[in-house]
Amino acid sequence: MLQVISPIMRVIEIPMLALQRMLGINKLAWVFLFPNLLLFGLFAFLPVILNVVYATTGGDNVLLADRPYVGPRNFATLIDCSNYLDPNSCREDKFWRAVWNTSWFVTLQVGMMVAFSLLTAVILNGEIRARGFFRSVFFFPVLLSPVVVALIWKWILQREGVLNAFLDWTGIGGFNWLVDAQWAFGWSVFISVWAHMGFYTLILLAGLQAIPRDVYDAATMDRASPWRTFRRITLPLLAPTMLVVLVLALIKGVQTFDEIYAFTGGGPGTATTFIIQYIYEEGFAGAPRLFGLAAAASLLVALVLILLTLVQLWANRKNANG
Amino acid sequence: MKKTLLKTTAILAGLGMTASAVSAQEIRFQCYSDGNECEVYDDLLSRFEAENDGVDVIVDIVPYQAILENLPVQLAAGTGPDLAKVTDLGGLNEYYLDLTPHVDATYWEDSFGETLNWYRVGDRQGIYGMHSQLTITGPFVNATLFEQAGVDMPGAGATWDDWAAASKAVVEATDADFPMAMDRSGHRVAGPAISYGAAYFDADGVGSFDGFEAFAEAFVGWNEDGTMARDVWASQGGSTYADAAQEFINGEVAFYYSGSWQVGRMDEQVGDFFDWQVVGSPCGPAGACSGMPGGAGIVGFEGTEHPEIVAAIIDFLAAEENYAEAAARTKNLPAHLGVASAGVEFQDASPAAQAALNGFAGALPDVSPIAFAYQGYAGNRAMFGITVERLSQAIVGELSVADAMERAASDLEAALAETQ
Repeated sequence: MLQVISPIMRVIEIPMLALQRMLGINKLAWVFLFPNLLLFGLFAFLPVILNVVYATTGGDNVLLADRPYVGPRNFATLIDCSNYLDPNSCREDKFWRAVWNTSWFVTLQVGMMVAFSLLTAVILNGEIRARGFFRSVFFFPVLLSPVVVALIWKWILQREGVLNAFLDWTGIGGFNWLVDAQWAFGWSVFISVWAHMGFYTLILLAGLQAIPRDVYDAATMDRASPWRTFRRITLPLLAPTMLVVLVLALIKGVQTFDEIYAFTGGGPGTATTFIIQYIYEEGFAGAPRLFGLAAAASLLVALVLILLTLVQLWANRKNANG
Repeated sequence: MKKTLLKTTAILAGLGMTASAVSAQEIRFQCYSDGNECEVYDDLLSRFEAENDGVDVIVDIVPYQAILENLPVQLAAGTGPDLAKVTDLGGLNEYYLDLTPHVDATYWEDSFGETLNWYRVGDRQGIYGMHSQLTITGPFVNATLFEQAGVDMPGAGATWDDWAAASKAVVEATDADFPMAMDRSGHRVAGPAISYGAAYFDADGVGSFDGFEAFAEAFVGWNEDGTMARDVWASQGGSTYADAAQEFINGEVAFYYSGSWQVGRMDEQVGDFFDWQVVGSPCGPAGACSGMPGGAGIVGFEGTEHPEIVAAIIDFLAAEENYAEAAARTKNLPAHLGVASAGVEFQDASPAAQAALNGFAGALPDVSPIAFAYQGYAGNRAMFGITVERLSQAIVGELSVADAMERAASDLEAALAETQ
């Protein structure tokens, strides 16, 4: 192998040495970073700048040259509220409905996600029969496309769906799940947890398996109860992994769109309209296409996601420093 | 020798390909179908290609959603097709190719009359689109259910309340699920709303929801008391379109308010399952018994590199014999006055479908002038969307009807301000 690589390295060395002599050893780092920076600039930094430009311009034209500068007007429209707890008092009530729906959704979904993932991971980490099979079962929904997940559950929950057929058969009688706002919201949370739980379970399972066995052996010798072992050993040692899961689930929860959009379309009314759907509808689905308002809303979401990421970084650093 | 021969062949083949690439004029036609429209156009256009050497018309069949959502963005970005079948007739006017210099304007004015105005906005008053599919909204009635229930169908001049009462009586006497259903669409509610007094325009001719509240009250009430199938409007969010055709086809709905474009589907899918028929739009308290006209048209775009060919293609489809053939094969009402007055014998249509299409055509004189003006209004897409969103919120109880109407008015004001 070395025999193959060495001649190549010798050939590359000649221009690199020349470049190093020309730029100096410190500046050479930029040469290596340039391809990555170029891609990052094109596909991450430039879109952010464009987003800011769209957010500060108005009209329904997609071409920037045809869009008049409006300053912070789009942001002002979004935050114009006499009472932030009551979307009806806001100028852009649909935005605030989406904000509140997203907040409730994230709170419930992340709480349930972490709790169920932990429970499942602890069970799957134990000595149970067909452990490999159950691990696959819990991970399987993660492999499904969000639209497939939505269609499966729509098929189950619609008026003439599988669940109602079963309830009719038992004599309980069916219910129009997707027409009732509370039920539609509840099912959206459930489906989201069902679809993504496997991923977080896997992370927690890896965290559980990283806990040294001898700590548990010591607890057994001290005759600690299983609950006490879980509370005093498992949970503290799993905390860094749980934090990662929590922050990842939070970020993913705020970004929820595709499966719920395909499942309920955001309805009934606006009961399951989340912030990303609001952005999509304002910018692309409605008429006129309010790119400015959509861009302003997406920047506000970006701000929230940046804050969540900073929290994760801070917590990771805190954990690392003990 | 062998190598030389191969080289020569490769060079000649390359040259040939380059030459054909230069001479072939590729025209892209973005098309969506309610039934078999794109297939029929593809077939008709193969004749055009045969008559016009070097022209290659590629029919790109796309979902309706792509015409509504993607096409406007493509056009704004300058990456649109050469021509397309559209429904936002006035809304895309700024991108339309003016066909006037390329076609016989007198023939077009005589043949398409009023529908040409639907494509015109402001000072752009040329000839822009061939209205390929004239539609009108109206009710389909499950005659078998009425017969089984022993309920007489309300006759001509019956009101929405008459139909609601009769449909409820039908559901009570049979095992149908819903007395009435209406597509979740701002276009669909427009006719009934006009019959209830919606003006849709203010004194200056600007879009407005003045007078809409009476219909909103009635419609929300019907959804609350079970007269209307609540699933259709309440189980969706945003301005997403939803229809109740499948429920009607399944025999679950006694009275279904949709439009003439559904005739082909009913004809195909209902079959002998039950008898169905089309009745005129019910009347409202304002005295009108209006449906809403609409449909789709074929337009060329200014961004095309081949304006003469695009105009020639549309002109070819607008020729009386071609238009008549397309109408007959697609089972669509003709907007071409010559074809309409000669009458269309719809191909492979059952007697029920033929009667339904005649029924819809017969309802055209009842269409209110407001409905025609609304169909041609450039801001109608925004108004359709606002209607659906705010009415749905009132139906599910997020807003009162009065609040929903207030919100609709402010949404419209904001939308119009953005498009100034």
